Amino acid sequence: MARDMSDKEILKMELDQLKVEVNTPRIAVSTTAPEIIAFVEGLSAEDPLVKGVPEDKNPFKEKGGCIIT
Amino acid sequence: MCDQTFLAITFGPCDNCSQNKPLMNIYLKNEPINYCSLCVELMACQGLAKGETIHTLKAESETLKGKLEEERAKLHDVELHQVAEKIEALGQFVMKTRRTLKGHGNKVLCMDWCRDKRRIVSSSQDGKVIVWDAYTTNKEHAVTMPCTWVMACAYAPSGCAVACGGLDNKCSVYPLSLDKNENLAAKKKSVAMHTNYLSSCSFTNSDMQILTSSGDGTCALWDVESGQLLQSFHGHSADVLSLNLAPSETGNTFVSGGCDKKANVWDMRSGQNVQSFETHESDINSVKYYPSGDAFATGSDDATCRLYDLRADREVAIYSKESIIFGASSVDFSLSGRLLFAGYNDYTINVWDVLKGTRVAILFGHENRVSTVRVSPDGTAFCSGSWDNTLRIWA
Repeated sequence: MARDMSDKEILKMELDQLKVEVNTPRIAVSTTAPEIIAFVEGLSAEDPLVKGVPEDKNPFKEKGGCIIT
Repeated sequence: MCDQTFLAITFGPCDNCSQNKPLMNIYLKNEPINYCSLCVELMACQGLAKGETIHTLKAESETLKGKLEEERAKLHDVELHQVAEKIEALGQFVMKTRRTLKGHGNKVLCMDWCRDKRRIVSSSQDGKVIVWDAYTTNKEHAVTMPCTWVMACAYAPSGCAVACGGLDNKCSVYPLSLDKNENLAAKKKSVAMHTNYLSSCSFTNSDMQILTSSGDGTCALWDVESGQLLQSFHGHSADVLSLNLAPSETGNTFVSGGCDKKANVWDMRSGQNVQSFETHESDINSVKYYPSGDAFATGSDDATCRLYDLRADREVAIYSKESIIFGASSVDFSLSGRLLFAGYNDYTINVWDVLKGTRVAILFGHENRVSTVRVSPDGTAFCSGSWDNTLRIWA
């Protein structure tokens, strides 16, 4: 547990982690950014919070009368 | 008068060298040990290999960090918002409070939606965990926990149970029964045991496993039925405040954020920390995966939210404004990932355009800090919980 570890143990843990990370495979932002954008564009047409929901279909609209369940 | 501190010194035989000296009362792995100061020094040096001192370790750590930054910078050829310039800007936002859920006696600390898109579980400082029907605002169940500050609560995927925990250092699962008169507390099952407070919990894809994060700096995966620890995740050097599981299509990973300003991505099966990001300037309060699973967002006490791309292994966007000086306590994405909702300690919720990096709306309404923000599973609304004892549903 981090609270029980001495400073040098924490440093050692961080060092080992850094050694692993320097070697992870990475892709350029110019490739990944358009992919994120394409993903969002594909879905945002269906996103109720982006395009809005007509009042009669919105389950959370303010209701006037009683609800009988 | 209040500033006086008293240092009590115990005097007696040292556990190690047996000489009568003033003792330092220290705790090693939760065991109290009485060593004299000389023996404590000797013990501290023993753990290091020959020639290794804290200095050399720190120096090596710095050079590796520098190298990591270099590698990451090589691939940083363009900014997300630059690529996003050609996209249409979002229209005017009309979002208002549709429901206010009142009933908690004290600050609301956490909430979660059920997969049926209408039920909500929320937990508060007074120890109460309440299950609400968001359409009607009726309370369906209420449980009183034996501890205060219930900081974490989660709905099971089946909708038949809730998990919660906080200062009791445990995560408990309560099966929800349809019989309103049944005493839920009697059926409680203690699943997780940590050595410090529980900050966050989440069911995996089934009701059978729970992932927890704690103030003791670790995350852990537990089997609900037996309470057994299946995997533990060590790597944070301070309290872990938040965790989030990757969306199911993308596999067995989760991200955690903590007081050490780091956000770590873990492999659930091996327990390995696969990626780590340290660009925030203060505690990370909240982490949330992007709907595609290739990125995640964080909200922090440094008043910014940031987006990290997992495949490019770097931060790709910062959502901040000079006028925002209070920390972000909670973040969540809309269904498509176009909007980021962030609750802040200045009582507001800011809505950000994820791709362009601009703010599209500020939502006012809460009368105290916003502690938690979650979008409903079908994306039609989002719920915010606050220290003003209420929850609000916005749509």
